[in-house]
Amino acid sequence: MHEISLIKTILETVKKEMTVCGAKKLNSITLRVGTLTAVEPVALRFAFNSSIEKTDMQNAVLEIVESKLKGRCRDCGTGFNMTELDSLCPICGGGDVKRVSGTELDIISIDVD
Amino acid sequence: MHEINIEKKILMKNDEIASGTRLAFRKMGIFAINMVSSPGSGKTSIIEESVKKLGVKAGGIAVIEGDQETELDKKRIERCGVPAHQITTGRACHLDAEMICSALEWVMDQKNLKLLIIENVGNMVCPAEYDLGEEMMVVILSVAEGDDKPLKYPALFNAADVLIINKIDLTPQTNFDIERAKKNALKINPGLKIFTTSCTTGEGITEWCAFIAGLAAKGTEVKE
Ligand SMILES: Nc1nc2c(ncn2[C@@H]2O[C@H](COP(=O)(O)OP(=O)(O)O)[C@@H](O)[C@H]2O)c(=O)[nH]1
Ligand SMILES: [Mg+2]
Ligand SMILES: [Zn+2]
Repeated sequence: MHEISLIKTILETVKKEMTVCGAKKLNSITLRVGTLTAVEPVALRFAFNSSIEKTDMQNAVLEIVESKLKGRCRDCGTGFNMTELDSLCPICGGGDVKRVSGTELDIISIDVD
Repeated sequence: MHEINIEKKILMKNDEIASGTRLAFRKMGIFAINMVSSPGSGKTSIIEESVKKLGVKAGGIAVIEGDQETELDKKRIERCGVPAHQITTGRACHLDAEMICSALEWVMDQKNLKLLIIENVGNMVCPAEYDLGEEMMVVILSVAEGDDKPLKYPALFNAADVLIINKIDLTPQTNFDIERAKKNALKINPGLKIFTTSCTTGEGITEWCAFIAGLAAKGTEVKE
């Protein structure tokens, strides 16, 4: 679905960075993808591979660093791992939880020649 | 071989455009909401019922319709006496900030606008990631879809501010458990504000309208 348009956006950013640095060849892109995003790593990889096919980036590799969902309770201060289906504090049961990680959709770095 | 640190949000450009649009809306005194659901959950129907209820006075409300192909929803809204603008997204399965930004001129042409309702493309996945510049995201779930829907699309229920459970007139014909749906949704997002509505019987529409009218404040008022 939108993985194709995400990859398009990513490649635009990457090309810009490469021009700025005068890099010639893209070896890899490293992304951070949170568990609580509407992005499916498998679909993202598929979209990436079909987008770079027969281009000068065709040997590039997509690395995905999964970012686990973590929260901190604003009531009792407990930090904890969350599942995407449960945002309540495991200690006090409170619902006022700040998400510390797990919703990211970032480009971390690229590797170039 | 060398590594270049980038550390940027993938959707940085979308987020920047959305922030600009949000600022523009605020300066114009417009409260914008983004309505998201599967196809057929009742987005257009709720908008129709809402504008009828809120009253179509002096151009207080306008609607932007996002659809992959047709202009049918725009025509439905216009029939209620409310100005509507169509964005056809073609192959894109969601609206993005740029599309809304290019509708700004049309928005500015609407007089005394207080409430802008954006109907997103019918899709429970992609809209979760795309900020449009709205103040509030509303997810609609109809009882025909099953009370486990929040569990299947947690990212969307997490991104939303409001949940409307629609078609509650059909509850007797289904095994949909409204309390279970609410519980599932609140576990994902304890801050969700939840309404239950039926566009057929009109149940719950008054409460929902009072809520958005309150938010859009001075511009709109609920007709009794
Ligand atoms: N029984 C019932 N049908 C509804 C309700 N709301 C909408 N519908 C019907 O559901 C269908 C899809 O509605 P529509 O508003 O076009 O959904 P959208 O695709 O989300 O915009 C239409 O046939 C509506 O008449 C409701 O509250 N109860
Ligand atoms: Mg519709
Ligand atoms: Zn706690």
